[in-house]
Amino acid sequence: MSHEYIIKPNKSWFKIDWREIWAYRDLLALLVRRDFVSKYKQTVLGPIWFIFQPLVMTVVFTIIFNRVAKLSTDNLPPVLFYMSGLLAWNYFSQSFNSITTTFRSNANLFGKVYFPRLVVPLGFLFSGLIAATLQLVAFLLFFGYFKFFTETSGTFEINGHIIFFPFLVIQTACLALGVGLWFASLTAKYRDLVHALQFITQVWMYATPIIYPTTAIAEQYRWLLALNPMTSVVECTRLMFLGQGTVTPVMLISSVVLTVIIMVSGVLIFNRVQRTFIDTV
Amino acid sequence: MSQPIIEVNSLSKAYRLGQIGSTTLKEEFQQLWRGFKKQGNDRNIDEKDQKNSDLFWALRDVSFSLEPGNVLGIIGKNGAGKSTLLKILSRITEPSSGDAIMRGRVSSLLEVGTGFHPDLTGRENIYLNGAFLGMSKQEINSKFDEIVDFSGVEKFIDTPVKRYSSGMYVRLAFAVAAHLEPELLIIDEVLAVGDQDFQRKCIGKMQSISNTDGRTILFVSHYMAAIRRLCDKCIVLHEGKASAVMEVEKAIENYTQRLSESELDLDLREFPRSGHSDGKACRIERIRVQNSAGLLYGRAVEFIITLKAFNTINDIMVGLGFNAVEGNRIMTLDSDSRDPPFTLSPGSHEITLKLDHLPLHPGFYVCHASIATGAHFYDIILDFAIWEVKTSKEDNLSDRGVGGVRLQPEVILRTL
Repeated sequence: MSHEYIIKPNKSWFKIDWREIWAYRDLLALLVRRDFVSKYKQTVLGPIWFIFQPLVMTVVFTIIFNRVAKLSTDNLPPVLFYMSGLLAWNYFSQSFNSITTTFRSNANLFGKVYFPRLVVPLGFLFSGLIAATLQLVAFLLFFGYFKFFTETSGTFEINGHIIFFPFLVIQTACLALGVGLWFASLTAKYRDLVHALQFITQVWMYATPIIYPTTAIAEQYRWLLALNPMTSVVECTRLMFLGQGTVTPVMLISSVVLTVIIMVSGVLIFNRVQRTFIDTV
Repeated sequence: MSQPIIEVNSLSKAYRLGQIGSTTLKEEFQQLWRGFKKQGNDRNIDEKDQKNSDLFWALRDVSFSLEPGNVLGIIGKNGAGKSTLLKILSRITEPSSGDAIMRGRVSSLLEVGTGFHPDLTGRENIYLNGAFLGMSKQEINSKFDEIVDFSGVEKFIDTPVKRYSSGMYVRLAFAVAAHLEPELLIIDEVLAVGDQDFQRKCIGKMQSISNTDGRTILFVSHYMAAIRRLCDKCIVLHEGKASAVMEVEKAIENYTQRLSESELDLDLREFPRSGHSDGKACRIERIRVQNSAGLLYGRAVEFIITLKAFNTINDIMVGLGFNAVEGNRIMTLDSDSRDPPFTLSPGSHEITLKLDHLPLHPGFYVCHASIATGAHFYDIILDFAIWEVKTSKEDNLSDRGVGGVRLQPEVILRTL
């Protein structure tokens, strides 16, 4: 028979059945749909909430960091500068924060039915993508406004590197997956880490050049920024959409390498934890 | 004869007592390190752990095999390891040692309505639930009409399920599960919910799955009548150990012999709950019998139930059910059958259900308790006790017959 399967303790750390995950792709699609529908059913604004939050953030950043603190925006219109930064950051942080809840919010489900657990975090990546797409549309509307209706139009333009944008999205997704799976696995056991999460997200955001450009950091400290894989992601986004961003080969390579390491280790630890997670609930 | 569809070889599962989920970070790293070093079998519970008395063996050396087309019943008391066995065979958790070979597509139904989302419509939930149970979209498409038909909720198929009555909800959920087409179907006590009519329909459906379609079923139930109707063979689980596969009647006899009487005062705070109650707003904490002589046929008896309410709860009733060891209900005591339902303020409360004449014939009874408002269950405790009703000195009635209830009616004689 084709479906022979052996249940035994402790399979290897590295055994992940990708074909099985593919077989559950319908479930993945339904989970994305459920996530989307349940979040916005019985709300007034519906999916507009997706763009509301980044718009408010942009306004706040413009007032505080640009007008009051007078931080540089690399000569770009502040609104576009912040929005582009938030575009990449929000996809990352929202996906990784939802993935973090994988075990906590599905404990009951995981106790009742088997399916490849990785389907849940993968679903969050796709839900996040829907929100990110809406945010991208909002960004492009503002882009159009500044391009055609203001005199700052000469300071920015869409760069030819835009063709690499899909790769950037994939990298961001992989990073969010890796970080999210690490935290999901850790918080499954150590609940107190949930409290640290919000704080970590905040600090990480300020450690990423969203409210300031990399050029505002003294040359000798830039290697520190390169340790943060999101630096390159945000700068690449700016380079692609606004034609200005500081991306060095070293930064790009270190970002990709770190992403791969975090993602692979995240998937492995998650896979280890999910096998007996239900015994610890 | 073909190969067995399922072959279980000395399957064991141990839990660490008292420290579920509370290992320290240091222990964790040590374990991780050991894990990395040893990639072989059995490394979850290694030799050092095996001596450790903190281990609780939920399953110990369980072995059996099953040929395709058979229906195997698994019976045993609460806590005998039935759920653990099903969880392992359903791949929800891993065994500590031993293995199980499954030759065919397996679907398990440990709960009706797994993954149902209240905001989604009946239609959407059919797809979602089906996908959780391992059906592809195409498969569900082809069975959709049959599922809706079986559930009998076609009028409400585009209504969010949060507006369904609990009966409709269960019917829809079971309908999805009943249309799975695995080679091996694992079913936990799912018939505990739903009305009689629907239960009969479910058993009928399962019979046709095994008889007509020749599929294999593993079936857990407390309801011996269902076991008798469905199963070809049975195993009895007792304290984590399994009996050999045996004839249904022999297994039921074996099971009933092992039943031992519970105390008459039970602390139920830690008792495992049925999956169909939420247990959040109100819980049963203690049930006791107020009569030092125990339960005596024909004598007065008081059942005192201690409840803890966490919020104010309106219109609730408390029910006690007494089943014969076979599983069929003999007597039900609901607090709202004559008196109105209660409203409870947050805190602990005691409710006494009083009978002037206990009508149960001497024998063993398996007891269940629940708190409910209408069809919503706050708490359900199945099998919380096995109590023996005895005969008393002055009882000269109960030996006139066996089983069921013997009431003492008011008699009016008119000579015409």
